[in-house]
Amino acid sequence: MRILINGLILFFILILTYLTSVFSKELIEEFPVPPPPFSEGIYPCSNCHASMDLNPKKRVLKDEHTNIQLHHAETLRWCLDCHYSKNRDKLRLYNGELIDFGRSYLLCGECHGNVFRDWKAGIHGKRQGYFIGGKRTYLLCVHCHDAHSPKFKGIKPEPPPLPPKVKRDVR
Amino acid sequence: MTKEEKEALIARLEERYLKKYKKKFRVGIEEAIQNTLWGYGLDLSRCIGCRRCVYACVEENNCSREKPQSQWIRVIRLKKGSLINLEDSEHYYNPELVPEKEFLYIPVQCQQCENPPCVRVCPVHATWKEPDGLVVVDYNWCIGCRYCIAACPYRGRIFNWGEPNVPPEHWNTSVHYLGNRPRMRNVVDKCTFCIQRVRMGRYPACVEVCPTGSRKFGNLLDPNSEIRYVIQNKRTFRLKEDLNTEPKFYYFFEA
Ligand code: HEC
Ligand code: HEC
Ligand code: HEC
Ligand code: HEC
Repeated sequence: MRILINGLILFFILILTYLTSVFSKELIEEFPVPPPPFSEGIYPCSNCHASMDLNPKKRVLKDEHTNIQLHHAETLRWCLDCHYSKNRDKLRLYNGELIDFGRSYLLCGECHGNVFRDWKAGIHGKRQGYFIGGKRTYLLCVHCHDAHSPKFKGIKPEPPPLPPKVKRDVR
Repeated sequence: MTKEEKEALIARLEERYLKKYKKKFRVGIEEAIQNTLWGYGLDLSRCIGCRRCVYACVEENNCSREKPQSQWIRVIRLKKGSLINLEDSEHYYNPELVPEKEFLYIPVQCQQCENPPCVRVCPVHATWKEPDGLVVVDYNWCIGCRYCIAACPYRGRIFNWGEPNVPPEHWNTSVHYLGNRPRMRNVVDKCTFCIQRVRMGRYPACVEVCPTGSRKFGNLLDPNSEIRYVIQNKRTFRLKEDLNTEPKFYYFFEA
């Protein structure tokens, strides 16, 4: 009987350690990325913000960041839904967790779950580097999308090929 | 060829390139990696037709820049809603900005067919399919008859009307014997999925440069590869499936 109970206890301990290891793997899942694409001199944000009083009001900014236009479900939110009001060097997830800018994909992924799933697999967005025998990095969402106005912007195409006659003219 | 013969051949080539182009080339002869079959995916709902891939390919693969101009990727523009037609589609489009609302863009390059019609018609066996599925050309054997060009339903092969015209500072000196080494006049070449890169575990140049991330690549035999994810999770199709060429190039749209 005693052996049976001991065995059962051992069994549960094993299951528990297995589950926690799986669970913590989920939590520490990391995605190597290049540095976030900040404008020069803007980071750390706390250089200015640490000594500023907080103004939580939704408003048109006049003194700073005037180039930032929110076109991203802007009727529903304000800067401080993403930027942590008390420490501007961090982003804030819906559950209150603070994250570094190098993990901004977690923020985007909260509302864009399907895209985020594809991104993790390297399908939405892209990965660069070595897929065998070397380092491979993910581009952050914000390398391609402006977090404030995320619609992909049009670009100038490279020149078309030359017409056949000109193309072949060797001399 | 024995190992010694191959090494001697490579040494001769490297010496010739040094004399001719004044550059120290590294001519690789890396063989196919075991248990790999390379496959490609292209997301047509994201491609914006910007041609960054075309020029990254030219640069990486030492294609002639002009006189003659040689490009391995051709981007076709198509009215949304019309059927894909490789024969008389527009590829000279040149608007101020892409994408344009009413158009779809379809980059086309060698589709690395499992059943390549180009290989079958070569009278001198200068072209074949490698164990990792790449269709390659030995430029030293090619006699320039161009049967393969006629046989390819995708316009994936290109004839070199002259010596490659590459600005000296732009030579990519990291080359593979069966890929981007300098070609001679009157031989046929084509996309090899960047054989010189992928056999070293790197993405093809077009995949890395694409600003929209539309281009996906990987090992079809590896269930964790990007290409397998695409095939499992997206609606894929291949060009001219009815010809039974079995391309390893999968186009897809977001579901
Ligand atoms: C959807 C969440 C979100 C909202 C809303 C948002 N931001 Fe951001 N913001 C980000 C993320 C993510 C970055 C990081 C971009 C990067 O990594 O370069 C960022 C970057 C910035 C930067 C640095 C920009 C630079 O030039 O490098 C500033 C300044 C900023 N935000 C201010 C604001 C202001 C002001 C608002 C409100 C008008 C705002 N943000 C609203 C997510 C948000
Ligand atoms: C040069 C100083 C300076 C730097 C650096 C700076 N900010 Fe600001 N920021 C300001 C000022 C000043 C305002 C208030 C502007 C106004 O009210 O018109 C402001 C306002 C904001 C706001 C609007 C909400 C609020 O608190 O008023 C956000 C969000 C914000 N900054 C985020 C950032 C982030 C994120 C960074 C770093 C990536 C950053 N800032 C870097 C000076 C700065
Ligand atoms: C709080 C939820 C939320 C978060 C967080 C969020 N988004 Fe969005 N996003 C939306 C909604 C809602 C829309 C659709 C409305 C719109 O386009 O304004 C949208 C639209 C978009 C679009 C499509 C824009 C278009 O017009 O085609 C992109 C791209 C995008 N988001 C990227 C991002 C990125 C990148 C981040 C992280 C920096 C992010 N989102 C974070 C809610 C969110
Ligand atoms: C390599 C560049 C790139 C990266 C990285 C990237 N995207 Fe995109 N994304 C695009 C392109 C291109 C489109 C399609 C263009 C368009 O319709 O505006 C797009 C479209 C979207 C859309 C619109 C809906 C759709 O499926 O078309 C959302 C939402 C979005 N991206 C969110 C994200 C999020 C979240 C991340 C990070 C987890 C991310 N993107 C990373 C390039 C990128």
